[in-house]
Amino acid sequence: MRESAQAGLTARAAGLLSCHVCGQLSGRPAGGWRARCPRCRAPLHPRKPASLATTWALVLAAAILYVPANLLPMMTTVSLFDSQQDTIISGVIFLWQSGSWPLAALVFFASVVVPLLKIIALVYLAISVQRRSRHRLLQRARLYRLVEFVGRWSMLDLYVITLLVALVRFQGLATVQAGPAAIAFGAVVVLTMFAALSFDPRLIWDPVTDSSSPPRFADHA
Amino acid sequence: MSAPSAHPPLSAPLIACPECDLLQAEPVLAPGETARCLRCGAFLARNPPDSLDRTLAFSCAAAVLYLIANLNPLVGLEMQGRRVEVTLVGALSGLWQDGMGALAALVGVTALIFPLLELAMILVVLLPLRLGRVSPRLAPPLVPFFRLVLSVRPWAMVEVFLLGVLVSLVKLSHQATVILGPAFWALAALIPVLTVAARAFDRRLLWQARHSAEVR
Repeated sequence: MRESAQAGLTARAAGLLSCHVCGQLSGRPAGGWRARCPRCRAPLHPRKPASLATTWALVLAAAILYVPANLLPMMTTVSLFDSQQDTIISGVIFLWQSGSWPLAALVFFASVVVPLLKIIALVYLAISVQRRSRHRLLQRARLYRLVEFVGRWSMLDLYVITLLVALVRFQGLATVQAGPAAIAFGAVVVLTMFAALSFDPRLIWDPVTDSSSPPRFADHA
Repeated sequence: MSAPSAHPPLSAPLIACPECDLLQAEPVLAPGETARCLRCGAFLARNPPDSLDRTLAFSCAAAVLYLIANLNPLVGLEMQGRRVEVTLVGALSGLWQDGMGALAALVGVTALIFPLLELAMILVVLLPLRLGRVSPRLAPPLVPFFRLVLSVRPWAMVEVFLLGVLVSLVKLSHQATVILGPAFWALAALIPVLTVAARAFDRRLLWQARHSAEVR
């Protein structure tokens, strides 16, 4: 079977700890499990502590905040005669209509598609790990890497708002203020990034390597 | 210095994949080669050629560009003879005064502080090495600093910030004439320079200073 080719000796199975910060491999200390890396002094653990529970909590919080982030106004423009409120989507439409469709597509992708896909991908990864799935291991490992890599680009809209607020304010004819969605959206970006960081990709491979299946939330076994 | 002897580092040249925990022999890399995990393809190690000099050159360039990028106006607007310009710090303080402190902090940390931390880390490690003055007393206190920088690395987002500058300029371009300030170009140059510096940096050097300090 293909799985047998993917099984192999892991550091945990060999009784070793690899530092999650610097990568140094060390033997497990004799007493207790509050070990520290001999090289960089970071706390050592075979798997990230409470990885799945933390990921779930952060992803769910992000999923809830994703709704106000997209429905509430991201920024309010007040000029002499009127005031205008923009959501993420209306900002994208504005960019599209003003002829810069590559930027419109980019903002749409970074602000709407990426956070949503990130949430879906992390939910999928968490569920598949919890069910100790042995399918599509490599694809899931790659999916995790993609989630980690692409998440940072969601910050785009927050940077845009920062600059718009500053430029239009100093120009004096109108003011732009960041709306409530900016906070919600910032929270979505930060929460999904923390969720990706708290998810331990080693858990994807654990069902094939440790045939003597340890309990599900065994983090300091 | 006394090393924590309860769990000494192994002498066998083994490494564990940081993403799937698979134990494998530490690959012997020719300069320029990159090692990936046999099972999941995760990045394991790189042996950057001529690492010390290249990293130093690029990080010094990055430090200069970083200064230019943050001391000069980033972008400006010109409208009916009036001209306004903002720096990144000016934009942040504007946001702060609007009661958006959380947002200002997030932007400031990701676009301003964390990139600087990474640059500082590289220079702190490499300058003493290049000058041949590795201080044995300085190395151990720096370890927590290195650990901090390594864990905040995903949060440094200069390249996303530059794209944000572009998008905001396009949004304003039909209301006023937009001017790209010197900081914009410095930032545009900073991104590839910083990337090359981080790629050329050999992370093993971070812990070598401590190791040699302990041996003495």
